[in-house]
Amino acid sequence: MQTLRRTPLFEHHAALGARLVPFAGWEMPVQYAGIGAEHAAVRTSAGVFDVSHMGQLRIAGEGARDYLQARVSNDLERIGDGGAQYTLLTNDEGGIVDDLIAYRRSADDYLLVVNAANVGGDHAALPETDDVSDEWALLAVQGPEALQRLGIAVEPFTFREDVDVLGVRCLVAGTGYTGERGCELGCAPDDAPRLWEAVLERGIVPCGLGARDTLRLEVCYPLHGNDISPERTPIEAGLGWACALAKDFTGVERLRRLKQEGPAEKLVAFVMEDAGIPRTGMPIEGGGIVTSGTRSPTLGVALGLAYVPAERAEPGTPVTVDLRGRPRRARIVPKPFYKREES
Amino acid sequence: MAADESYPDDLRYHAGHDWARVEDDVATVGITWYAQDALGEIVHYEPPEEGASLAKDESYGEVESVKAVSEVIAPLSGEVLAVNAKVVAEPETVNEDPYGDGWLVRIRLSDPAEVDALLDVDAYRKLLEEQ
Repeated sequence: MQTLRRTPLFEHHAALGARLVPFAGWEMPVQYAGIGAEHAAVRTSAGVFDVSHMGQLRIAGEGARDYLQARVSNDLERIGDGGAQYTLLTNDEGGIVDDLIAYRRSADDYLLVVNAANVGGDHAALPETDDVSDEWALLAVQGPEALQRLGIAVEPFTFREDVDVLGVRCLVAGTGYTGERGCELGCAPDDAPRLWEAVLERGIVPCGLGARDTLRLEVCYPLHGNDISPERTPIEAGLGWACALAKDFTGVERLRRLKQEGPAEKLVAFVMEDAGIPRTGMPIEGGGIVTSGTRSPTLGVALGLAYVPAERAEPGTPVTVDLRGRPRRARIVPKPFYKREES
Repeated sequence: MAADESYPDDLRYHAGHDWARVEDDVATVGITWYAQDALGEIVHYEPPEEGASLAKDESYGEVESVKAVSEVIAPLSGEVLAVNAKVVAEPETVNEDPYGDGWLVRIRLSDPAEVDALLDVDAYRKLLEEQ
């Protein structure tokens, strides 16, 4: 039996009455008060997630940029020092090994924040990096009031280090996985309990992985292992925008060809018209498969993401989902399902 | 709001975390507080059709939370007299009132003697303690 890892905040989660579940080798809170209330807090005020299970890889020194440029899909030249960028680690066939955020400290110094389940695989694909995951705890504070309640400012896709946040030294990044404004706060694991308590004192609602999933799905952020995987390419997944096909990186030839010829399947968003909730792995009649599905707490409708044949991927196209043997009608819609109002 | 934990002593229980309120040869059936709490916020109820036959210990429908799907097990055999339309329209009713407005189906028993095999509240509580 494998022992589950615990973040520095495990005792805090248990004390709050969280429901703890195994996730990517970690024992993580899936919910505290309830997914609906937590989801609503992030959409309307502010919520905090312990995402300390996520991994961090670091590479610094001469040649660091060239090393990464040859191995990740996005163009690091597009960001400057203090910039953050969504990018993909690809295999020789252009499949998605992981999706991650690259933080550029300087031209030859990068921190990569990666999915917990993929730390080992990412490190194997990037052997020159150091796995510094144990040096970081990470809190995502998300929602329209998140920054104001913390008393800090940060622009989207930028970051600053050595910032005092509620008395704790943090890396503050304008990133997240909810579609709301907010930040992610990196700190030393020993400081995490103090930061967590200070964040909660600001009236920010503790949120679990359940709400994290419904929030990200409403804004169509892909979940690695569900919507994207080593067997799927960014071209199929609609992540071509994160691929600089003009530069050379692992698997780029295949991706250029797919872009030219068009992929056989595309990842689309769909809304159920009949009753029932689509779930990962349900077949689409006539070809295709659901990769994520839920009932959207914000919109009150059942929805999901699915790969369907490219010729039937246009918004408005009707599809039929096989809900455990019951054919149920759905319709492809434009992405995302939900977009926050610009303020 | 979710209900507080309770197990009424006038109900009979099935080990699949279902309850039955038996009146003569008619039973009202639902899921227990434990079952709805384990699922979390219920967002969909897939009911059987009225007139359908339910077989004891077998699945007759599904309840789904945001994260999980659970089959609901018939504690008794019988014909579906009524499906709770309120739960179909507002599935969260099961969380709010699992033994009252949150009932799932009403059935006419085909074998009333099956009731004797169900658990009483003390036996069901003992089963929960052993979980």
